[in-house]
Amino acid sequence: MSALLEVSGVSVSFDGFKAINNLSFQIGRAELRAVIGPNGAGKTTFMDIITGKTKPDEGRVLWGEKSQSLLAMSESRIAQAGVGRKFQRPTVFEDQSVAENLMLALKKSRNPFSVLRFRASERDRARVEDLATEIGLSGALERKAGELSHGQKQWLEIGMLLAQDPKLLLVDEPAAGMTPAEREHTTDLLVEAAKTRAVVVVEHDMEFVRRLNCRVTVLHEGSVLAEGSIDHVTSDEKVIEVYLGR
Amino acid sequence: MSELSAGAFRRKPLVVQYPSLLIFLGLLALFTLGVTVLSEGFGIGVISTSFVKTLGKTLCLCLVALAMDLVWGYCGILSLGHMAFFGIGGYAIGMWLMYARTELIVIESLAGQALPPTAQEISDGIATQIFGVVGASEFPPIWAFAHSLPLQLAAVVLVPALLALVFGWLAFRSRVTGVYLSILTQAMTLALSLYLFQNDSGLRGNNGLSGLQNLPGLGDVPQSVVSVWFLWASALALGLGYLACVAIVSGKFGSVIRAIRDDEARVRFLGYPVEAYKLFIFTFTAILAGIAGALYYPQAGIVNPAEIAPIASIYLAVWVAIGGRGRLYGAVIGAAFVSLLSTWFTGGQAPDVNLGFATIQWVDWWTVLLGLSFVAVTLFAPKGIGGLFDLIAAKRSPDRHGADLGPDPGALREKEANE
Repeated sequence: MSALLEVSGVSVSFDGFKAINNLSFQIGRAELRAVIGPNGAGKTTFMDIITGKTKPDEGRVLWGEKSQSLLAMSESRIAQAGVGRKFQRPTVFEDQSVAENLMLALKKSRNPFSVLRFRASERDRARVEDLATEIGLSGALERKAGELSHGQKQWLEIGMLLAQDPKLLLVDEPAAGMTPAEREHTTDLLVEAAKTRAVVVVEHDMEFVRRLNCRVTVLHEGSVLAEGSIDHVTSDEKVIEVYLGR
Repeated sequence: MSELSAGAFRRKPLVVQYPSLLIFLGLLALFTLGVTVLSEGFGIGVISTSFVKTLGKTLCLCLVALAMDLVWGYCGILSLGHMAFFGIGGYAIGMWLMYARTELIVIESLAGQALPPTAQEISDGIATQIFGVVGASEFPPIWAFAHSLPLQLAAVVLVPALLALVFGWLAFRSRVTGVYLSILTQAMTLALSLYLFQNDSGLRGNNGLSGLQNLPGLGDVPQSVVSVWFLWASALALGLGYLACVAIVSGKFGSVIRAIRDDEARVRFLGYPVEAYKLFIFTFTAILAGIAGALYYPQAGIVNPAEIAPIASIYLAVWVAIGGRGRLYGAVIGAAFVSLLSTWFTGGQAPDVNLGFATIQWVDWWTVLLGLSFVAVTLFAPKGIGGLFDLIAAKRSPDRHGADLGPDPGALREKEANE
């Protein structure tokens, strides 16, 4: 099975500081992967590079069957190609209703002229309602996203990501600020999502990662320190030293 | 559940989705009818012709305010250059008005000669008449289409559109946003206005184009009638413009541009080409502004470079802010209210206020009052005049969007409470 995303030899520096240093990373078509690392390890920059927000100084980022380079594409093109991203801080459109938020994210043509003519079909509406049910917001479709609680906003954003139906899901600290019950639900959703697509979870919380029960990549100072099962990496000498041992 | 969620995104007719649309169009029709009945040209003559013109011009200002609200209030682009497009619209129609009318005058004056005048003689005569004031007697290339009404009407739309397209493409592609974009649009307006001030710009320098109130070939029709015609045309343009704006903002497109206003980066990660949307709105509103200008200046009678000065576009932003941005009727209310008030104050009709130690003469102090009210609105009532409608609506029925009315889940639901 070929990789969905292949990052090789990527480096990027900001004002002389090497945020990412010769990083290589691969993920398959239907795989769940956790990326962990201490603060400043380059986790967010790594996601910025994949989503096109930051252009690396060197290296390659190849995507999909045709091994397209993502580096030449704009953020919106990359998103259209099937990369979805969830930010650490929940970013939903607070001034719009839950239904509008989901409808915005729904996988449809993003061209301005077709959006201008867009009329939601019966199927689109059903899909939005299904998504809302999945994220526990079916009773809140008409409410403004700004009125939701922090946890609900996180949910809504996950729902928007699912609506986008991406091939690769990048999720930044999904469980931050959630109650234990909400965390459990999040775990289930991510594991479920990873059955049909690639999911990369960036996480601080070791317990949460353990529950995901997947391959773990440890980042440190901008490059991969260790990779393997959670038990493998947590018993790795170097990992213990830089991350866990402190 | 489905009862509740059905309304959220079910496609309903525009008027049901936007109740303000029907109210607005109704009020506009009523207003137009009322003014017509009270006018000198068609009715009982209670309203003077000059006031009919003021009202017609106000409708045009409402239309350009609508454009400003779309680009600023909905899409978050604080353009301080939309009055440039307005001015261009005025110049485009003004060129034909001036050319065609001067042509008639020249032909008339040459008619007495023994030999019929050649086309060259007529053309020279027109050029001397129009450009004598700037010391030229030849047509600059920019006047190449001035003889043709359809071509100049096309220019009303195409020139602002093209300028907005090129300017917007350059600015948005470089990801210029916020205050930097505002400064850039100001620079564009200033550059255009300074260029037009030059005598060799080909558009009569600081004299501008004048006599635009006289429609060529309709010299016999009194201004009292023409003014009502323009009022109708302006009302029609405003009504159609409002309809078009509602159509844009009510659907998914409106959802996208409001999202761009609130969090541009997020919209990009959803896969929307943000620049294309901004460019669409910028260009569309430039066209609206051009049309508004083309209807305004024949009523004003004169268009000159001072009209394109940066301050005009700042006023436009002030109107929209005072009226309430992010809602279309707010922009219309703001433009109508402030510009009519401005006419009243600067027209010398407002009584002076004698404070004992000084006298406030409104002609001079009006701008100070406007500035203060702008600051006050921004600080204390960011929703502007339009926000008052929210207060009325809130008083009638607090819409809790289906949330619990009480602290625990067993409490009355909104639906039950309304039964």
